[in-house]
Amino acid sequence: MANNENIIELKHISKVFDDGFTAVSDFNLEVKRGEFVTFLGPSGCGKTTTLRMIAGFDMPSEGDILLNGQDISKMPPNLRPINTVFQRYALFPHMNIFDNIAFGLKQKKTPKDEISRKVKKVLELVDLEGFEKRSVSTLSGGQQQRVAIARALVNEPQILLLDEPLGALDLKMRKEMQIELKNMHDELGITFIYVTHDQEEALTMSDKIVVMSEGKIQQIGTPEDIYNEPQNAFVADFIGESNLFNGIMTGTKKARFAGGQFDCVDDVPEGTQITAVVRPEDVVLTDPAQGQIRGKVTSVIFKGIHYEIIVQSGRYEVVIQSTKSASVGDVVGMQVAPDGIHIMIAENHTNFFPVDVNRAHHLEFNGTELHASLTQLVKGSRRGENKELLDENGQVIDPDKLHITAAIEPQDIKMTDDVDDENVLIEGTISNLIYKGDHYSYVINTELGQDFIVDDEYLWNMGDQIGLILPIEKMRFSVKK
Amino acid sequence: MIRKTLRTLVPVLTLVFLYAPILILAFFSFTNATQIGMVRGFTLKNYITLFTTEELRSMIVGTLLLAFGSAILATLLGTLGAIGSFYSKKGVSSAIRTVNQIPVINADVVTGFSICILLVVVFGISKDTYIPLIIGHVTLSAPFVYLSVIPKLKQMDSSLYEAALDLGATPASALLRVVIPQIFSGMISGFSLAITLSLDDYFIATYTKPATFDTISTYVVNATKGSQTSIKTALWALSTVIFVIVILIVIGMNIKAAKEQKKG
Repeated sequence: MANNENIIELKHISKVFDDGFTAVSDFNLEVKRGEFVTFLGPSGCGKTTTLRMIAGFDMPSEGDILLNGQDISKMPPNLRPINTVFQRYALFPHMNIFDNIAFGLKQKKTPKDEISRKVKKVLELVDLEGFEKRSVSTLSGGQQQRVAIARALVNEPQILLLDEPLGALDLKMRKEMQIELKNMHDELGITFIYVTHDQEEALTMSDKIVVMSEGKIQQIGTPEDIYNEPQNAFVADFIGESNLFNGIMTGTKKARFAGGQFDCVDDVPEGTQITAVVRPEDVVLTDPAQGQIRGKVTSVIFKGIHYEIIVQSGRYEVVIQSTKSASVGDVVGMQVAPDGIHIMIAENHTNFFPVDVNRAHHLEFNGTELHASLTQLVKGSRRGENKELLDENGQVIDPDKLHITAAIEPQDIKMTDDVDDENVLIEGTISNLIYKGDHYSYVINTELGQDFIVDDEYLWNMGDQIGLILPIEKMRFSVKK
Repeated sequence: MIRKTLRTLVPVLTLVFLYAPILILAFFSFTNATQIGMVRGFTLKNYITLFTTEELRSMIVGTLLLAFGSAILATLLGTLGAIGSFYSKKGVSSAIRTVNQIPVINADVVTGFSICILLVVVFGISKDTYIPLIIGHVTLSAPFVYLSVIPKLKQMDSSLYEAALDLGATPASALLRVVIPQIFSGMISGFSLAITLSLDDYFIATYTKPATFDTISTYVVNATKGSQTSIKTALWALSTVIFVIVILIVIGMNIKAAKEQKKG
């Protein structure tokens, strides 16, 4: 046995379905005995498939699953000392509660008196004493869920798998069951592997969270790690609400993003392009003069325990959670303490910027029309008699309701010092430059308040006034819902 | 006004057309008439003939044995086919579905004739072994069993089978103790359909039955051709008995359904 502490190890697990769809790729995980591990991710991220491979319902296309050091990846589910609580309970409708719970024990030819003793005990554990003779259909969703848990636990599995077990319950019930499940876990000492798409559930219950997206592990860590130190933009965005800004390191523990200069605690080399994560609760509203950045309040929503305030600062939108209210239209300052900023090294530097739709129903950026097909971009739309844009029902689309984002790569943008060139879409000042081996990477502070990142092989000077040429054929457009 | 009259007239006429012939037959079965129309008096003679004539009795028992026997076989095969196709890959499953459709739509006379050719002529199996007849009736009804079981499988929560495996049941035990109970009502309705189909069948039986054996259908067809009047009028009694049994079954089923609805 390689490691006595690990009850289950997944090594380079991949699952490719017959139709060629890769559900899970190169999944590596070690689970310690008695741990509460949660697979967290949006639907279709491969978390349930991974769970099904541990249970034995799906066989991995590649890789090994080691249980106590033994490879079980080819073992059928009925021989694995692992039990599952299914998403929709999967209680046997033709059996009463007793027979449902006793099913597993009967398969193992357990003596009758021992079965009834164990069933009674596990029903006490889930607070359903005296329910033995009831039929499944007379039980509420919450009670059925408890029976499903009891049916799995009565077999004393080494690992209990739970596939979104609380998904069908209402909010209050779900909160109660979360606490009960956590207590059961602490009491029984059984290893729990839990699947959910609910980040709050994962943060509340787990010892260890595995964040997944598109079949790959994004991050493994404790709830605190995952929340405070997300490793990439996906994790930051998925766990809790967050403001994500592209930016650059401008000095030792100094970063520039969202049009402002901030001190931070992460020591990342100067010139590195970064994504800064700022949690909405870490932004403090101040007087305009005291803020590191300034902006105008565009929306205030009361959320019960706090206000959600959205501030437009130049081209950046900042979401803030505050116990103090503000009024729409107020000009405010915003401060973020150094430990409120989490710096991630940027994976790519794609520039995203909003484009407008003008009255003539054409795309427009900074007053220049972009010759790109809107009808191809907006699904089901077509041009009417007067060239106006119609939706699939023939109604004229209101350009103000259409939010379109353009994306362009840094190497596709050209810089020119002839700002009157007809191809220049936007002007700006070079605020930063770093040499990247074979090219320079510039940060351009534009007149619209948005920073653009541009790669260029020639050296320009800090503070140069330049025009940016953004070739339309290199732009990718997407419609924001 | 005309609309209102039509609204009552149409259903009444439909019912008359449906039930009048059966009721007339039932009425005459209690008379001593030798043909429809001439009533001289009422008697139970036809019923006595029906239950005492050895030939008629063995024909009825034979028909029922064939119906139940072939229905049991068809239910087993149809259910296995449905389960197999349900858990197969998409291509296999749709191939089975298509193959299953053909005997359902195909004319019975073609099915009967082809089975006769294949088993009797090609394989040389004697009709006297009853094997061609039983295979014929199973072929006739198994596809209908398949069709009544498949929806039950589709309605079933697919994780039930996995739950049984997860709790340590072998695949066979999971099938027997969890899947079969879920689809049992479908199997029962398939079984009832199979019995009705076997009782109704004329073509397959004529092509495949042993020369000395008759089902009710083949017997009735032959008997009505000849002039054996006491047997012929006894068949009126047989029709009435079958009709009453069917009515009792239908009423029973409706009462059961109503009770279940109240409970649920």
